[in-house]
Amino acid sequence: MPTANATVAFFLIDTMQDFTLAFVLAGQLLIGLDPTLMGIVGLSLAVTGSALLVACLIGFPVGALIGFRQFRGRSFVIVCLNALMGLPPVVVGLLVYMMLSNAGPLGFLQLLYTPSAMIVAQAVLITPIVAALSRQVVETLAREYADTFRTLVVPWPTALLALLRDGRSGLATVALAGFGRAIAEVGAVIIVGGNIAHVTRVMTTSIALETSKGDLALALALGFVLLLIALAVNATVAALSLATREAGHG
Amino acid sequence: MLNRRSILGAAGAVLLTIGALAGALAEEKSIIVQSTTSTANSGLFDHLLPLFQQKTGIRVDVVAVGTGQAIKNAANGDGDVLFVHAKADEEKFVAEGNGVERFDVMYNDFVVVGPKADPAGIAGSRDAAAALAKVAAAGAPFVSRGDDSGTHKAELKLWKAAGVDVKAASGGWYRETGSGMGQTLNIAAGMSGYALTDRATWAAFQNKGELTIVVEGDTKLLNQYGIILVNPVKFPRVKAEAGKAFVDWVISDEGQKAIADFKVSGEQVFFPNAKKAGG
Repeated sequence: MPTANATVAFFLIDTMQDFTLAFVLAGQLLIGLDPTLMGIVGLSLAVTGSALLVACLIGFPVGALIGFRQFRGRSFVIVCLNALMGLPPVVVGLLVYMMLSNAGPLGFLQLLYTPSAMIVAQAVLITPIVAALSRQVVETLAREYADTFRTLVVPWPTALLALLRDGRSGLATVALAGFGRAIAEVGAVIIVGGNIAHVTRVMTTSIALETSKGDLALALALGFVLLLIALAVNATVAALSLATREAGHG
Repeated sequence: MLNRRSILGAAGAVLLTIGALAGALAEEKSIIVQSTTSTANSGLFDHLLPLFQQKTGIRVDVVAVGTGQAIKNAANGDGDVLFVHAKADEEKFVAEGNGVERFDVMYNDFVVVGPKADPAGIAGSRDAAAALAKVAAAGAPFVSRGDDSGTHKAELKLWKAAGVDVKAASGGWYRETGSGMGQTLNIAAGMSGYALTDRATWAAFQNKGELTIVVEGDTKLLNQYGIILVNPVKFPRVKAEAGKAFVDWVISDEGQKAIADFKVSGEQVFFPNAKKAGG
């Protein structure tokens, strides 16, 4: 079918052009420090950074406790925690929307369609991830340290702190996993944030918006920018952990 | 010495500051308008809102979703003004006490778009229902919003007029995307299908591919927009004063002229038709 082939070829050329255009656009946006884009990037980082902070403050100690202490029903808790890592963002968004809506129990807080609502949604999404993965990190380390702790009769809160400290490079990776999940999700923040220009528009919701306008090149360009940001964050953490390790040895 | 804790602490402080700044920004006088993707994606709001803010100092935050979702959100009291296009549902919204009063704002029209190859042979038709009946008879792919939006409701009305049961065909030649207008057009372009779209979104859409307008000009394709202040008696947190200022401005001579002045590629896409108060 020559016509069908022609259509496919046309489509391919078209998408390849979009692809090239996306690279050029991404470069232009970054080099020109486009102020709208900078605002969106800043908000993305602020929202996800805050959510990650909350998730780590809750997830590290909870994960460490489950990883280190023995208690009845522990396996059940671990299975549940691991299952929660699969929470669909859109479900989290819906739940947080129903909580924060003026018709919901927390409506009086007036958080819906604000960056705070997005922080709440992302924190709910990634706290189980941080807790479940840090449980694993701490559990492995605790097995290694078990004899030492027993011989020295270390009280458990002290042991817990030691485990968190010595597991920090593993926990940094855990935090990065949480960061990656949060900054890349769109389903939750678009529901509770509303994708309002200059207020709650972040990288992922911008990408969704440009796609819906049919501006595929710009959408893809924004995707490249998001990838670069993730790369920069990961590189920074890697550099920091290297620096602290050297400081520890010195 | 930089240790990990002090870095974390500093990061926390920075984030809290940003949070506080964002909070301070929110103190600025602003309202939330629940509206549709067609008004937002076409760029109409980017044209209107700065004019309104300049005049009144009120910032308008637009949540652009399908009409069905917009009405549901507003019925939860989440938003100060509802600006959508499904007259029967809007009247129901007011009748249920969720809104104060509905005003006509403007209209545009729907068009049927389809592949240039036109497998159903409907190009140039001015009878939308008959054209859709032909699409069904040909079994040519038709891509529907399927999301309870204003456009989706209008499309279902046309199918009814055409005497076609699309439910039975769903998953076959009739494809329900359950997503916004732009996404649906992306899909229609991808599978060379027919679709119903409002003219404004179509004019501003940049991924038309092989698609073109095949049916337009039927009076059944008229698309009326209305605006409603969410009822502050039922929802005390509604910013009644600022919300009413926006409604009043949109239906005022000034607001109506601003709508008429809005053009996409040199073409007027929304036609103001607010009735004068008491008229």
